[in-house]
Amino acid sequence: MKTENQKAWFFVLPVLILVAFNALVPLMTVVNYSVQETFGNNQFFWEGLGWFEQILRSERFHASLGRQFFFTFMILIIEVPLGIAIALAMPRRGFWVPVCLVLMALPMLIPWNVVGSMWNIFTLPRIGLLGYFLNDVLGIHYDMTQQPVAAWITIIVMDVWHWTSLVVLLCYAGLVSIPDAYYQAAKIDGASNWKVFRYIQLPKMKTVLTIAILLRFMDSFNIYTEPFVLTGGGPGNSTTLLSIDLVKIALGQFDLGPAAAMSLIYFAITLFVSWLFYTLMTKDDQE
Amino acid sequence: MRPRYLIPFFYILFLMLPIYWLVAMSFKTTNEILGGFSLFPQRFTLENYREIFTNPTWYWGYINSIIYVSLNTVISVAVALPAAYAFSRYRFLGDKHLFFWLLTNRMAPAAVFALPFFQLYSAIGLFDTHIAVALAHCLFNIPLAVWILEGFMSGVPKELDETAYVDGYSFPRFFTSIFLPTIKAGVGVAAFFCFMFSWVELLLAKTLTAVEAKPIAATMTRTASSAGYELGLLAAAGTLTIIPGAIVIYFVRNYIAKGFALGRV
Repeated sequence: MKTENQKAWFFVLPVLILVAFNALVPLMTVVNYSVQETFGNNQFFWEGLGWFEQILRSERFHASLGRQFFFTFMILIIEVPLGIAIALAMPRRGFWVPVCLVLMALPMLIPWNVVGSMWNIFTLPRIGLLGYFLNDVLGIHYDMTQQPVAAWITIIVMDVWHWTSLVVLLCYAGLVSIPDAYYQAAKIDGASNWKVFRYIQLPKMKTVLTIAILLRFMDSFNIYTEPFVLTGGGPGNSTTLLSIDLVKIALGQFDLGPAAAMSLIYFAITLFVSWLFYTLMTKDDQE
Repeated sequence: MRPRYLIPFFYILFLMLPIYWLVAMSFKTTNEILGGFSLFPQRFTLENYREIFTNPTWYWGYINSIIYVSLNTVISVAVALPAAYAFSRYRFLGDKHLFFWLLTNRMAPAAVFALPFFQLYSAIGLFDTHIAVALAHCLFNIPLAVWILEGFMSGVPKELDETAYVDGYSFPRFFTSIFLPTIKAGVGVAAFFCFMFSWVELLLAKTLTAVEAKPIAATMTRTASSAGYELGLLAAAGTLTIIPGAIVIYFVRNYIAKGFALGRV
């Protein structure tokens, strides 16, 4: 279908130059740092794979990677089923459809630091709506600057608040593409609600759901600003996710070597999931 | 009303609560905020907004953000248009690899690039300029624009191009006077999402600026940490950052899913 034309490269060239400038130069800088040791004064010594070994063995890295996977896992098992349920319950046509779409999309359009600040204001004990309600009305002691569990629940709820709509909107887009005839056929056959979901709606949502899960995986894996503004990684290190830890090492302690090695390991994980995303997407295009 | 509509109703209620609290807080005085709990502003005040609109540190934050975000949107969409056309119409050496490589940059963690970006843009003398942030945000916005536009362009039948050539149109004329109007929804959606993702990003924007081009997000985080309990002011600044998205979202309401899914829905 597509014609072979090598001149198409000229169309791609501006994109290639701009993105390469932004991606390759910094990436090579990182690679450079990851194999060298520096004592300041711009003097560098060959370090080999020492930093990688150090990072891969360091308990601090294991801990933040573990927290990262836990966070990503938690938000996925909450956001995906919740998103599907909301998409199924939404009206399919009429006045309320655009209202729902616009209101649901709103959290995703708020700057990430504002999301953090907003949740901070919302959960402050005595001052925030949620903090006041939990502490003073229900009598549950809740203060996320003191309690790691409270901090964890807050960042997970914040992410559910921020991004469940992505799953909802994608699933909804899949659902509205199902022709009415399918439902009528199911009705004639006397199919139960569960069977309609399992054999009609779920298969139609398969593609969009794959996209939603992979996007949520990637974006939650890269999350930095929201938890940084909300908890700053605390109390202690209890909510220090991978990005927060990386920025602490690189910009806070200026340990360039370990930070660079950590960046590359981080990037490798990201790359693998992107590849998965791409393979699943293009497989679908061919069908 | 059917009972199942209660699910989206409560979900939207949950979404609106923190937003309501932010907006309510922005109309309260500092005394009222610290003095005790009140569901509605007791002494309604516009003082916080007045502070923002009269203090240059605050309103320049917004102007700076709008400048680099607009620059970024124009650059991203302009270079993505021909590239997306190439990907949707032609096969060429390495096309699939290139398309994938673009995606990896959309997925790259910004934290990985923060320090090298600082050094790169310092080295070429662009540190603390609007164009530096605009170029840096191209890292994830160009791939986004290419993927979204490619999705829209692939929906246009190839016969359109062929008919135009038979009618004697040159490529530039065909592209600007026939093809672009056909996919103008796609261009709008791509521009919206570039605008949005540049607007919401903080880490790179903060790393690449100091004074001259400091974005509103950085002004906010620095206020939050230095001035302590200026919560009303912080809430007002936050409320103002929501407005651009809230206004434009209505126009792209039917394409929200497509945009977030990189044009693949």
